[in-house]
Amino acid sequence: MSVKYAFDHGKAFVPFITCGDPDLETTEKLIFALERAGADLIELGIPFSDPTAEGPVIQSANLRALSCGVTTDQIFDMVRNVRKKTSIPLVFMTYANVIFSYGTERFCKTASEIGMDGIILPDVPWEEKEEFASVCKQFGLDFISLIAPTSQSRISKIAAEAHGFIYCVSSLGVTGVRSAITSDIGSMVKVAKQSSPLPVAVGFGISTPEQAAQMAMHADGVIIGSAIVSLIAQYGKQAVEPVYAYARSIKSAIAEGSMPESSV
Amino acid sequence: MPNGKFGSHGGQYVPETLMNALIELEEAYCLYQNDPSFQTELSHLLNDYAGRPSRLYFAKKMTEELSGAKIYLKREDLNHTGSHKINNVLGQILLAKKMGKTRVIAETGAGQHGVATATAAALMGMECKIFMGEEDTRRQALNVYKMRLLGASVCPVTSGTATLKDAVSETMREWTSRIADTHYILGSSMGPHPFPTIVRDFQSVISKEIKAQLLSLEGKLPDAVIACVGGGSNAIGAFYHFIEDPSVRLIGCEAAGRGVSTAETAATIATGRLGIFHGMKSYFCQDDYGQIAPVYSISAGLDYPGIGPEHAHLHDMGRAEYVSITDDQAVDAFEYLSRTEGVIPAIESAHAVAYARVLAPTLPKDQIIVVNLSGRGDKDCAAIARYRGEEIVE
Repeated sequence: MSVKYAFDHGKAFVPFITCGDPDLETTEKLIFALERAGADLIELGIPFSDPTAEGPVIQSANLRALSCGVTTDQIFDMVRNVRKKTSIPLVFMTYANVIFSYGTERFCKTASEIGMDGIILPDVPWEEKEEFASVCKQFGLDFISLIAPTSQSRISKIAAEAHGFIYCVSSLGVTGVRSAITSDIGSMVKVAKQSSPLPVAVGFGISTPEQAAQMAMHADGVIIGSAIVSLIAQYGKQAVEPVYAYARSIKSAIAEGSMPESSV
Repeated sequence: MPNGKFGSHGGQYVPETLMNALIELEEAYCLYQNDPSFQTELSHLLNDYAGRPSRLYFAKKMTEELSGAKIYLKREDLNHTGSHKINNVLGQILLAKKMGKTRVIAETGAGQHGVATATAAALMGMECKIFMGEEDTRRQALNVYKMRLLGASVCPVTSGTATLKDAVSETMREWTSRIADTHYILGSSMGPHPFPTIVRDFQSVISKEIKAQLLSLEGKLPDAVIACVGGGSNAIGAFYHFIEDPSVRLIGCEAAGRGVSTAETAATIATGRLGIFHGMKSYFCQDDYGQIAPVYSISAGLDYPGIGPEHAHLHDMGRAEYVSITDDQAVDAFEYLSRTEGVIPAIESAHAVAYARVLAPTLPKDQIIVVNLSGRGDKDCAAIARYRGEEIVE
């Protein structure tokens, strides 16, 4: 399975959850619920003590997971279990130190063996990516690159060396729900696509089905984190059903947003 | 400017959103670094506003009492705002102004960098927002008041351990959300490139002056330079112009807190290992899975789980030595210097004084130690009194 496969069935829905929030058993259930709801690719967050690219919602999820003692090795074990029952593309989202400290090669080798498809590191820009991207490549993992509203002339070189898909950060600032997304996503996607054949997915700040549908018009996929993590914060171990219902609403909104642009 | 690496340390591990801001900063710095009018303006501010050059004072009583090497104190505590922090702040705020920024943000631990930034922002007529761990706003309430008095807004940070590292994280988050009009005045020789280089350059005025002052007073170089190290800006400033002088021992004093064998420590070189955090590769206190450790020191300014990349490199090369000083030793030194020389040091700087008390008696009398007295201790009096079991009512 590969990350690119996630974009083969129309516009992709890419949910994010933090592993171990509130516990790994629930994370496992959430993965299957999200798959049933129509997720095309799931981002699994490995918690980090000091997630500098996250807003308060995901920061709290990281701390909840860590305070329960969740470790990278336990998360690997959970993925091993999950992989027996699903082939949905899965990528890890974490911070450079989590991988570096584990040993980049040891981490990537294990991630690959247990069936992960890629890695996203929000604190590793183009300038620093080689030490991670080369090891990912060696073990058949996609090292996913991000472009931001401030990237401007950098978009082309980032896109040209990207793998899997291109993660388009919708707004300035950290992760978290926003009432409006003001960046010109359409033109960012266009510039990226001039330099790369890869799909582009938009994330940061998206929470309502309307926003998701609107973003799906501009891009190949929509990434949603904080809105889902908020439900998990609210419902804890009982979050599976509410998350499933929410994910369904997003998936159908994205499917509607997949209509040809001329008809919109 | 090279690629921002010091050996294997340094780099730019930040979200893509910040990359162009860092590149713009590097370009502006390269442009103004050698610009005579910028340098003239900066020298004017450093001399006439901040009170440079700072004195190099021969600590006669301390020298006699320890009966070893001669001890000089580099009096950064006498600078305007009471610490070395103003050297870097004036440089960066001038740079920010040239870049067309109208707003500055900064993290602070003990509050010295926050006060210096708020001061310079008032001077330059710039909007200023300071992030400070909630725990530190309690430890350093007077500095919080000063920053507000100077017109800055102070944002208490409640995430994580609510100390310096969380203040840095929150300031980075703030910068990610507002870049166009805002410059982040990073206060230590750490973080993503080009900050470690810029901060070091602006602080290197300390070692430049020490060298000239000591040559004129004693006709020779010091045998050792001692400074406290958190992120490491006063230390790198005091070391920099001596790095190429192998006869000069460079000694950084880390905060051991309750001891390097306890969990309540902030001694990064002694207890940390290589990692990536706050934009840089360097040494960090962390657990087996790379989670950053909740460090501790009595000193809010040294209560940080990492060390700047140039220090990490100087350590790797064996060019600088890093020693650990406990809370107890630092508090003793705080009281010792007050009684012996009539100088109340910042509790951060007291870590350097503490090691001078260890080292001086072991050296011959013709040797010279320079202690960088990075800040003054008024801000610490209430906390030290409390440490000794005395409550001060202001």
